[in-house]
Amino acid sequence: MGRFRLRVVGAERLCRVDELSGVVMTSPGPIKKKHKGLPLVSGGLVSMICECPPYRWAASKCYRWGLQGRSLTVMVPYLWLVLLFLAPFLIVVKISFSEIRIAIPPYAPLFEMIDGLYVQLNLHMANYQRLFHDDLYMYAYLSSLRIAAVSTVLTLLVGYPIAYGMARAPKSWRLPLLMLVILPFWTSFLIRVYAWIGILKTEGFLNMFLLWIGVIDEPLVILHTNIAVYIGIVYSYLPFMILPLYSSLEKMDHSLLEAAADLGCPPHKAFWKVTFPLSRPGIIAGCFLVFIPAVGEFVIPDLLGGSSTLMIGKTLWSEFFNNRDWPLASAAAVILLLLLVVPIVWFQRFQSNRSQLGE
Amino acid sequence: MIKSWSWFNKVSLIVGFAFLYVPIILLVIYSFNESRLVTVWAGFSTKWYGQLFQNEGIMNAAMVTLKVAFLSSTLATIFGTMAGFSMVRFGRFRGRTLFNGMIYAPLVMPEVITGLSLLLMFVAISLDRGIWTITLAHTTFAMCYVAVVIQARLNAFDRSIEEAAMDLGCPPLKTFFVITLPIILPGVLSGWLLSFTLSLDDLVIASFTTGPGATTLPMKIYSMVRFGVTPEINAVSTILIGIIATGVLLASVLHKRRESQRKNDELLASAIP
Repeated sequence: MGRFRLRVVGAERLCRVDELSGVVMTSPGPIKKKHKGLPLVSGGLVSMICECPPYRWAASKCYRWGLQGRSLTVMVPYLWLVLLFLAPFLIVVKISFSEIRIAIPPYAPLFEMIDGLYVQLNLHMANYQRLFHDDLYMYAYLSSLRIAAVSTVLTLLVGYPIAYGMARAPKSWRLPLLMLVILPFWTSFLIRVYAWIGILKTEGFLNMFLLWIGVIDEPLVILHTNIAVYIGIVYSYLPFMILPLYSSLEKMDHSLLEAAADLGCPPHKAFWKVTFPLSRPGIIAGCFLVFIPAVGEFVIPDLLGGSSTLMIGKTLWSEFFNNRDWPLASAAAVILLLLLVVPIVWFQRFQSNRSQLGE
Repeated sequence: MIKSWSWFNKVSLIVGFAFLYVPIILLVIYSFNESRLVTVWAGFSTKWYGQLFQNEGIMNAAMVTLKVAFLSSTLATIFGTMAGFSMVRFGRFRGRTLFNGMIYAPLVMPEVITGLSLLLMFVAISLDRGIWTITLAHTTFAMCYVAVVIQARLNAFDRSIEEAAMDLGCPPLKTFFVITLPIILPGVLSGWLLSFTLSLDDLVIASFTTGPGATTLPMKIYSMVRFGVTPEINAVSTILIGIIATGVLLASVLHKRRESQRKNDELLASAIP
């Protein structure tokens, strides 16, 4: 209110009109120019484009067809997602009902013209029957759900103290700590999983260390077991757990804890009565973000798990690449999606509610 | 008064960060190992890096990966910004629920499903698979991440500046480029960086959607890892970690400097009596 910028030749100053006296006051020195280049260049470019005849012609045509900038802005990403995200799913569903055959592509068409007169629908349920009757697949689904659930709980147990410690750290520490949590998330997933192979091997760092301090007499076998898969998932998905937990813990009003303490509540009880319930949105978001991708995980069980570790992502991969049974792999994907559709929709509701609340 | 930072908090932070960083640090240290055995230290050497640059397979894969990452992250940033803008600004348009669903679902969708479905579609429309199909696939899932980042940035945006520009007769498109874009630019840039690294990292979706001749770096590393642990993988991993860490740190430092400059300007403005 009453503030503006004054541009004298060469220097720009912030000015303010004093409401009472009406005197214009200027800042003592010229204010630094900041990123002036981009708006000027892009603005100039845009006006140049807007002025040129082909653009005007196209714009008027578009306008007549009811296409304005607004609807174009929605339509382009919308169409892209429909074509490259939704349509592929429908194709997966379609192929899951097809029969395998040795050809390129290796499945029979769903609709077939018979004598050019009528269309025959070859709905083939055998893929689903096989998935439900073959113990291997049922076991793979159940064990993926179990491994994902166990590792989600483990990630929460590991992540909560870290997020809590970060939220209670001095203010100046928080941003660097946050960066430190995010940094591993940016580095390659594959590389981080690979790093654990060197640690968990029989002659790896962990065994060497434990032998050296004399806790164990002979090396432990950890690599190629489910324990290694748990460690891999907890390690890889830890940032996904810490970030939402931290953001809900950091927002917490500290006067609530002080009030609890004033009323005679011991700190550990105050934690369970005040802090923990208030961090629930963070816990829910974090658990979803870990559980849902972990169910379909492929890299971790493939590199860290053993032959006894069955997870559906790995089964689907080998069904597709090694056995080249595309219809069965599609059916496996459809069932996996049905298993995940409830948590995914729930998560999405949760997210869009939160974003609408402006959080 | 509550003790704000107890010993428990400190210990959990130290243990937690050790858990996050020790594996990466060990990986980097042992990339300079003389011996072929990854876990036995035999003296400092950079010979694995030298071998890396003579390995034609790895260099080709790196080129393919960089091309895909540049193209797909640029496309994803454009589409993601449009999508994020639509989600925040256009209120309830027709098909909004589906749109939101398509933005949030790829974030949590298991990669095997995304990869499989895209491949089956590319086969169904008989598109030649290769570097282009990987780019299309990466653009699709990265744009959803960008949309979420932009959305967060736009939610904390003062609309009155835009309205002022439009009141003064600035057309909407120009308003976007002159007013909105410079303000959300940090979000756009971090969205670009995020999609770049997502594309750089991706193994599963690239393996499904690739064709003959287009091998990306993660695919190459994966096939090397399956044959065993070698210092060469450590070396290539160290280079990747170095590039990404530098990029992220640089971005955050630049962002911080700009924020503090903005704060200084505001302070200066309010300091006038």
